[in-house]
Amino acid sequence: MHTIPLPRIGTWEAWRTAARACLAARIPPEDILWDFAGSEAELFATDLPAPTVRGTVKVPADFVDMAKWVVWHADPQRFARLYALLWRLRLDKGVMSDRADPDLAKLRQMEKAVHRCKHKMRAFVRFRDLRTGGPRRSFAAWFEPTHHTVEPNAPFFARRFADMDWMIVTPDITARFTDGTLTFHEGQPKPDLPDDATEELWGTYFKNIFNPARLKVKAMTAEMPKKYWKNMPEAQHIPDLIAHAEARVRDMAEAGPTLAPARVAKIRAQLAETPQPASWNLLDADLHNCTRCPLHGPATQVVPGTGPRDAALMIVGEQPGDAEDLEGLPFVGPAGQLFDRLAAQAGLDRKTAFVTNAVKHFKFEQRGKRRIHQNPNTSEIEHCRFWVESEIKLVKPKLILAMGGTAAESLTGTRKGILKRRGQIEDTPHGPVFLTVHPSYLLRLPDHAREEAEQAFRADLSGAVQALTLLSHPA
Amino acid sequence: MMSLNRKLAILSDAARYDASCASSGTTRRDSRDGKGLGSTEGSGICHAYAPDGRCISLLKILMTNFCIYDCAYCVNRVSSNVERARFSVDEVVQLTLEFYRRNYIEGLFLSSGVVRNPDDTMEQMVRIARRLREEEHFRGYIHLKTIPDASPALIEEAGLHADRLSINVELPTDKAVQAFAPEKNPETIRGAMGNVRTHRAASKERSHTGKRPPKFAPAGQSTQMIVGADGATDATILTRSTGLYEDYKLRRVYYSAFSPIPDATAKLPLVKPPLMREHRLYQADWLMRFYGFNVGEITSTAADGNLDLDIDPKLAWALRNRDQFPVDVNRAPRELLLRVPGFGTKTVGRILTTRRHRSLRYDDLLRLGASLKKAQAFVTCADWTPGGLTDSANLRARFAPPPEQLSLF
Repeated sequence: MHTIPLPRIGTWEAWRTAARACLAARIPPEDILWDFAGSEAELFATDLPAPTVRGTVKVPADFVDMAKWVVWHADPQRFARLYALLWRLRLDKGVMSDRADPDLAKLRQMEKAVHRCKHKMRAFVRFRDLRTGGPRRSFAAWFEPTHHTVEPNAPFFARRFADMDWMIVTPDITARFTDGTLTFHEGQPKPDLPDDATEELWGTYFKNIFNPARLKVKAMTAEMPKKYWKNMPEAQHIPDLIAHAEARVRDMAEAGPTLAPARVAKIRAQLAETPQPASWNLLDADLHNCTRCPLHGPATQVVPGTGPRDAALMIVGEQPGDAEDLEGLPFVGPAGQLFDRLAAQAGLDRKTAFVTNAVKHFKFEQRGKRRIHQNPNTSEIEHCRFWVESEIKLVKPKLILAMGGTAAESLTGTRKGILKRRGQIEDTPHGPVFLTVHPSYLLRLPDHAREEAEQAFRADLSGAVQALTLLSHPA
Repeated sequence: MMSLNRKLAILSDAARYDASCASSGTTRRDSRDGKGLGSTEGSGICHAYAPDGRCISLLKILMTNFCIYDCAYCVNRVSSNVERARFSVDEVVQLTLEFYRRNYIEGLFLSSGVVRNPDDTMEQMVRIARRLREEEHFRGYIHLKTIPDASPALIEEAGLHADRLSINVELPTDKAVQAFAPEKNPETIRGAMGNVRTHRAASKERSHTGKRPPKFAPAGQSTQMIVGADGATDATILTRSTGLYEDYKLRRVYYSAFSPIPDATAKLPLVKPPLMREHRLYQADWLMRFYGFNVGEITSTAADGNLDLDIDPKLAWALRNRDQFPVDVNRAPRELLLRVPGFGTKTVGRILTTRRHRSLRYDDLLRLGASLKKAQAFVTCADWTPGGLTDSANLRARFAPPPEQLSLF
């Protein structure tokens, strides 16, 4: 019988070296006694020294990955179990992928237990501030792990709490991190750590993040077993929280609805007022960042309104076209030019009006090299109405001239019957709106119908000019 | 002057209705250089559990519970008489760091009521994140709740500091949002999610020199829906989440059973929160994301559009599709094995590797982690066949809970 002593600190390296040597020396599992930290006082064993390494042994990588966790399990049989599997692996390399093999299944189960313990230690260690006053802050914790997880776990704490000194004391071993260096020492009894005022704040948080209406004590204890509670400052509140949960929920249900506080009316009034940008600067900034609808994606740029910012007349078209999208100015393309000509003939100087569109981004479909205009849909109009409304609020026009169905929909809520409604003023929440068709409509007409339509459009524009005069100088 | 303790009580109480507490799935960071504090290593850590069974991973607080909105389901709505408080930037930063140093938390989950205007509120939240990252060199986890309607420039900066961004869709249908959260606009909320998705995609593309842009919300975005406040069925809710996962590439959709709040409005009667329904929705969500089910298959088992509360949705599906069973564990493809009740993704992975060596038996399945109480009716293996069990009329009754005695809770 070979007795192989294994130290409490550095267990993994010691076991690996010894197991390699034993395997190379073909020592069967039943001839080895693994003596962890002097716990196996085998009286009747004929003590043979541990063999020294001869040659190399090949071991599957997944065995090593598993073994380096299993060695930290509390089960005294862990080393023997590992070596027994290692012994089998010499002849049958496939065992590691046979997850249903009873020996492997047991070791995997132990590996899982160690991982869980490691994870719980990372979760439940609670440091207290030692207030030592040095250049680095100093903290300490007392913890009672189920398995021997302090050593494999300490590097995690070193990676996380690198700018402070800390110490995790356990009955098993103690890990100390000082000035960036990690060391391990013998285990200690529970030290007397100073009180830490932050624990009270943490308790307050724990009590208040708990929702008494969803009491699920089993779900809590499954993940935070009671054995950990005694070293967690927040756990002292648990019995009270559970005991009073039911009454708290009942009180909530029984308390009738209350009257809203007095400030609500004021806040509501402000809320109704303020959603629109309150100045031209804000409007410009926000409008250029607009992503309310998907049209901002393909378009080159947003096309804001232009013209005197105190104009009496505001002209609202449909949306920027190809030319407007590239130049960033409204009504500069073919329809804009036609409008300028007809407006001048009707006695309307476009330079005196604030000219804008119901939708601020160009909507198009790419066909080869050409970008074909698409009508904006209701949702796009709806989103962009926010901007039209903002412009109206800032310009405060006496009259709005809405050209085409889209402008009509944006300002009056519907585009229906535009040909019947044209040439008239409609009252809207935005003020009086004069309706007409869009000049691009004229561009699409065949030549014989166009003359007549242009005539009608000029008549509408003159009508709008007259209406504006009346509104500006009421009799 | 209100004490910090009192503020913390008010502002954590106000934050408890947000279900998310995840701290996983972000980039790996540590502070080994000695210049900062904190680390993130892939999987999250739950540092404590409250008696409601929920994990406490992050310091989940509101910056302030003052709010100008009036959402009926919310404890912080303008018309509620709850006590109000407001943290200063410094207070949030110090609480986060001091809690972190004592190993209480993985990081910060900061949300807020909307004060004055959305941009103002978001700006303050971004300032806290910036302070933590740039001045305190905090390398733990930060989750920021974005404020609907906040300017895209602020969201962009938030994404550079935070591991996760989220914005709550609040309720499963637009109609319900309009009814219960009159100031919130479902389209703006979706617009904000779309924005985050675009930024995340852009942050993954290298420039022509091969340089990577800075990481943007590396742990992705999530959202939350309140379940049981409106009349939406589970089918509606799951269809909605499928859309959210696909359209905005969300990491998680959280379902939060509507739970009584202090000073509730008369609009929403207080009922016991539908916790089992919430649980079934999460199970269905998992089936869609990891088990290859689509929403139609899951909800087809429910006549009224709601999931069966007595048995889990996978079992419900299997019981309705018994013609597909029993499945031969030694031959069936992965997709089919994933549909067996009692088999999880890990079990299926182990079956696939182990059966390369030999034919699996009943005891093997036990060791592979299968729950055979459920699975045995739906599988065959070397020494097991369910016989008439698969088609027996009382199969459902074996799984459904027995009639329950009334309990005190």
